[in-house]
Amino acid sequence: MNRDRNVNLAGVAMTVLLAWLVVYPILIVGLDAANGAAWGDFFTRPGEWAALWASVWISLASVALAAAIGIPLAFLFEWFDFPGRRTLGALIALPVVLPPLVGVIAFLFLYGESGFVTRAVQMLLGLEEAPWRLQGPLAILLVHAYSMYVYFYLFTRAGLAKLDVSMLEAAQALGVGRRATLWRVIVPLVRPSLVGAAILTFMTSLGSFSAPYIFGGGFRVMTTQIVATKLNGDLPLAMVETVALAVVAVIGLVVLRRTEGDDVLVALGKGIAPRRRPIRRRGARLLATGIGWGLAVLLLLPHLTLGLVSLVPYGAWTTQILPPVINLENYRRLFSEAERLRPLLNSLWMAAASTALAVVLALAAGWLVVRRRVVLRRMIEGLLALPWALPGTVFAIALAITFSVHAPLELRFVLVGTGVILPLAYLVRALPLTGRALLASYRQLDPSLEEAAASLGAGRWRTLARVTLPQLSPGLMAGASLAFVAALGDLVASIVLYTYETRPISIEILSSLRLDEVGVAAAFGVVVMVASALVLGIGARR
Amino acid sequence: MSGFLEIQAVMKRWGHGVTIGPITLDIARGEILALLGPSGSGKTTMLRLLAGFEAADGGSIVVANEEVTAVPPARRRFGMVFQHYALFPHLDVGQNVGFGLAGSTEQGAVDNKVAAVLALVGLAGYERRKVYELSGGQQQRVALARALAPEPRVLLLDEPLSNLDPTLRERTRRELRQLIKRVGITTVFVTHEQEEAFDLGDRIALLNAGHLEQTGSPEELYERPSSLFVATFVGRANVFRGAAARTLGLTRADHVLVVRPERLRFGEAGLPGVVRERRYTGSSAFFQIEGDDGQRFEVLAEPDGAQVGARVYVEATRVIALPDGAARR
Repeated sequence: MNRDRNVNLAGVAMTVLLAWLVVYPILIVGLDAANGAAWGDFFTRPGEWAALWASVWISLASVALAAAIGIPLAFLFEWFDFPGRRTLGALIALPVVLPPLVGVIAFLFLYGESGFVTRAVQMLLGLEEAPWRLQGPLAILLVHAYSMYVYFYLFTRAGLAKLDVSMLEAAQALGVGRRATLWRVIVPLVRPSLVGAAILTFMTSLGSFSAPYIFGGGFRVMTTQIVATKLNGDLPLAMVETVALAVVAVIGLVVLRRTEGDDVLVALGKGIAPRRRPIRRRGARLLATGIGWGLAVLLLLPHLTLGLVSLVPYGAWTTQILPPVINLENYRRLFSEAERLRPLLNSLWMAAASTALAVVLALAAGWLVVRRRVVLRRMIEGLLALPWALPGTVFAIALAITFSVHAPLELRFVLVGTGVILPLAYLVRALPLTGRALLASYRQLDPSLEEAAASLGAGRWRTLARVTLPQLSPGLMAGASLAFVAALGDLVASIVLYTYETRPISIEILSSLRLDEVGVAAAFGVVVMVASALVLGIGARR
Repeated sequence: MSGFLEIQAVMKRWGHGVTIGPITLDIARGEILALLGPSGSGKTTMLRLLAGFEAADGGSIVVANEEVTAVPPARRRFGMVFQHYALFPHLDVGQNVGFGLAGSTEQGAVDNKVAAVLALVGLAGYERRKVYELSGGQQQRVALARALAPEPRVLLLDEPLSNLDPTLRERTRRELRQLIKRVGITTVFVTHEQEEAFDLGDRIALLNAGHLEQTGSPEELYERPSSLFVATFVGRANVFRGAAARTLGLTRADHVLVVRPERLRFGEAGLPGVVRERRYTGSSAFFQIEGDDGQRFEVLAEPDGAQVGARVYVEATRVIALPDGAARR
């Protein structure tokens, strides 16, 4: 009895802590916005509506583009066999290791006004000026399609892999042709995967900041609009904009969820995935292989470009197509100049601290929700998932406003300007990632394992260390690595909350670009890219 | 006899040198044929070749004088019941059963047909049920109804009873046979259980390591096996070699003697041995005998036919002489 009450009290404490982190700041912004006079400004300025509309249509177009690229690729790689399929299948997920800002600058070096491809085309055609400008909505969509088709690719492949081959054979035996089987059997069965990918793509692109910030030019989406307003010092308007973006995000989520349907799709037998069909016709096989490798090169170009640019010292490369000098000067500067090493260390420790904290919180929450089934378990689960449903900019603004006031009785403290605020912001963004991974792992963990440990005389901590954590570790590593990589490459929260002392890598990349120190910016990008790939690689290992 | 379904020298080559066939089989209209064999014998491959899910590397499949070897499954008009039923989880019972009908007729006719087929399998009124709410036996009948609804020329069943619990299996077996006979459809089913093949099939084709060992009625397979493999796979069999075999009447040196336990009896003279074990089944008992040369064999006799530890003599009432398969290998 007493123990139950204590556990429920712990559940209450966890709920309060999470609510303070993820709901309270939003609430404060909402209330402040409601009281302010800025609504008039928001409703009357055409720029605001244009930005809101731009956010919505860019997101919808990103979903369509990503689906158009990712779904056919998933079918190709899951159902057919051709030379190089395995290697290509892994390469094709590579955009994942490019944090948004790094991907954006890689595109800049490739297709920007003085990018490789741009220059090459200019030379080839003998043009006076660059053949195109990488600006506006099309540039943003290009980057989104590149980085987000992976969601559709991975989700659809996972869905197809779970498909039971006897379902398809049953349809065939009943006289139903290939096309009809696709629409009447395959699509309904993989629909949850498709909707999952669509939701992820929509939310990611609604919250996307780096691409519109660098490539937008005069074209504003809501995230860039909010940051611009905040930098102009018009806080009341920024709050209203934040609320508007949050509302759009929630509406989008609800609408997309609805298309998921409420059918319980329970496979009745053991699922055996369809055997891959080798492509027999020579022409078709060559075509598939050609498209595959062409695509891989296209997808790898940003990574390669980043690497090359990072090797070119300052001022050495002017009008030539290929750089005349190549050395490690930029990396030397990056690691030896205190001014440049600082952001690197900042990012590393802040990402590590926020990830560690997010893992601890998720572990405790998982234990309370799954193992002890505390009264507030649904609440805790919802709070953990909430930050995922709102764009990063919304949380950045909310934290900036909530924690710039000293009012201990309202649980508000001045954290903006200190070293605490950025890790806190990263933590909020990390909670859904670690939370979801650990809750899922906890649910698959057979409680009798822990009971067996207890019956063998192991105490609570020994059981945790020797049984529970090792069993949870795949989920824990996966969630933690995603959280770490997200924090390491973050720009959205950083740009609103950083100070010179705490500036992270992304901010340093932007200022290097502004000073035309392209090589240094690229070197930073490479460091983040390699670190992300390493961490994700470790996290994915079983 | 020319069959309704003719399988002529059909073969399939897998990688690693595994080959199924060539197999030739004729199946009469309305006949139920059991493809029996141990796992890996190629029986499922054979069924999938018939359905068209695998392409044959040689030979031909003919139905009602129409060659269908290269006809894709969707146009072959063979109904199939899958081992795990493969019911579509996103559709209800009625939609599952009507799946193969849609597009060919208008909705009213489809509904009538679905209702009729569901009534046939004893599930009248189940149209709007979810498939995962049904019991295993009901799911099996829905799968059967779905396969029968488009009125296929041949019905194929992949281990149709393996997913049911043992108590249900025997009853379902009888019901299934009655139903197939009532519909009168030519049927091929796969099983690895001899009892199931005997009970459900009119005729049995026994496969081993990719080739056809023997085709025939249950009695033919049991009483007149064509090889040592058939004799030992179908039913219980004692295999005698050497002096023991000669004592029981074997004359050829390169042969072995197969005797069913019920064809052995205790007597005054014959093969000597000691009773090592007695397994009581009620109406009779199995006696485990160790012969003087160390060979062990089984005698099915009356429960009080002998005592454990007693010295006995055994004689055979019916023996089957077969070439020694073990020596050949």
